Amino acid sequence: MYSEKVMDHFNNPRNVGEIENPSGVGTVGNAKCGDIMRIYLDIDDNGIIQEAKFKTFGCGAAVATSSMATELVKGKTVQQALEVTNKAVMEALDGLPPVKVHCSLLAEEAIHAALWDYAEKNNIKIEGLEKPVDDIEEKMEEEY
Amino acid sequence: MIYLDNAATTKVSEEVFESMKPYFCEQYANPSAIYSFAGKSMKAVDEARKNIADLIGAKPNEIYFTAGGSESDNWAIKAAAELYNTKGKHIITSTIEHHAVLHTCQYLEKQGYEVTYVNVDEYGVIKLDELEAAIRPDTILITIMAANNEIGTIQPLKEIGGLAKKNGILFHTDAVQAYGHIPLNVDELGIDMLSASGHKFHGPKGIGFLYIRKGVRIGSFVHGGAQERSRRAGTHNTPGIVGIGTAAALAADGLQARMEKETALRDYLIKRVLTEISYTRLNGHETDRLPNNANFCFRFIEGESLLILLDQQGICASSGSACTSGSLDPSHVLLAIGLPHEIAHGSLRLTLSEETTREDIDFTVDAIKKIVERLRSMSPLYEDFIKQNQKEEA
Ligand SMILES: Cc1ncc(COP(=O)(O)O)c(C=O)c1O
Ligand code: FES
Repeated sequence: MYSEKVMDHFNNPRNVGEIENPSGVGTVGNAKCGDIMRIYLDIDDNGIIQEAKFKTFGCGAAVATSSMATELVKGKTVQQALEVTNKAVMEALDGLPPVKVHCSLLAEEAIHAALWDYAEKNNIKIEGLEKPVDDIEEKMEEEY
Repeated sequence: MIYLDNAATTKVSEEVFESMKPYFCEQYANPSAIYSFAGKSMKAVDEARKNIADLIGAKPNEIYFTAGGSESDNWAIKAAAELYNTKGKHIITSTIEHHAVLHTCQYLEKQGYEVTYVNVDEYGVIKLDELEAAIRPDTILITIMAANNEIGTIQPLKEIGGLAKKNGILFHTDAVQAYGHIPLNVDELGIDMLSASGHKFHGPKGIGFLYIRKGVRIGSFVHGGAQERSRRAGTHNTPGIVGIGTAAALAADGLQARMEKETALRDYLIKRVLTEISYTRLNGHETDRLPNNANFCFRFIEGESLLILLDQQGICASSGSACTSGSLDPSHVLLAIGLPHEIAHGSLRLTLSEETTREDIDFTVDAIKKIVERLRSMSPLYEDFIKQNQKEEA
């Protein structure tokens, strides 16, 4: 059911864990199936993401997308991180089964939530970043 | 491989397979034909029918072969509804039925029938007082499963049968998980119709039967030829029928001893899991449960992840997690026993067979322990829980 890449990221998830005193942390849930994803970011003074960690309560696809999403944002600027959309994560994983697309939205939303937290803490505005939703259900209804 | 998904389907036993073989290329005659070549086939069908009837204390002419559990459930419920629609249009069932019953009831609701879904308690046992209170003058059918496919809880069939009889209502039971696994007697339990399916007790797939008590005049569901005393059309699936008959005979043989063996192993499994893995619960009733069924919830983790990791250890199991359901809804059974979504998420069903060994169970429990620990270390819920605990301790 899952691609080899998904299985690889599920079996050997990159960046599992927490960051103490993170620059930003975002937790999002999904009322649809009840999953929760949390992403921690460590962002340096130049606005570069030095470290990204995650914790996920969810299916294989949720774990794999968290893993891939954290990989993709590492070393990027905050602006570049905004381009790590759920579609980008899915492509990097060689696709997901249709019923699992919402899990990748969770990853995108968790990154946005962590960036939002960072922006609020530092009193800055990130161009193009909207206030994240707590429950991606709202977002899914808009998009699908 | 360790196969612990026997509630989904079972392996066809060697004896069953051997008994079926002659009915493909040698005794391939249509059992209904007149020539002597067909005689052997009809005899085999009759013998199977007798073995099946014997196991539940029924008469052979009360057994009607179908294509499986789903067809039997559909037939019993829809045909009973049709037969009695002048008396009333009210049906009583439970919230934890298999979809073959639930979706049939929902279909009938669209046709103008009214259905009461009686609740179950925290162990998944039907609330008898609620059932009794639901009975009305226009109630025509009570359909309650014998044992639940997810949590294994066995229902108080005798009490339900008594209530049905007292009120002159037909009682159908979906015994797909129970037949061949626990003793059932249709007279003692007051059952008017009973569904079962071959592949759940080491028979072949795609063959089942409906027991219809003599005198219950429900009509046909599959119309056509005159097979099955004109009540279920279609050329007999001779190999399938022979197979389910052999499976019934084997199930009857040593039923008690097998139950004891399975129950002991099941309880060993349950005990190990509950004592060795924290924040874990058993779903279903502790003792009134199928001998081969164990169902757990591990808090803070999700079932699909658990299943994939078990699969990598060669262990086949199942879960009621929303993420595994396709519809993204958690199992209706786990919700009906009062579990919140989040707990239902971490459910795991392990269903044993006669072939399951203690070594299999030890290997499985050891694997579960490691996997649960690993998934918890990745779980934001577990992180919050631990931090909360630390705060409270400080
Ligand atoms: C309780 C119950 N009823 C009905 C069915 C359907 O049986 P079948 O697969 O033979 O149609 C099943 C099988 O999953 C079951 O467990
Ligand atoms: S997290 Fe529930 S389906 Fe992916």
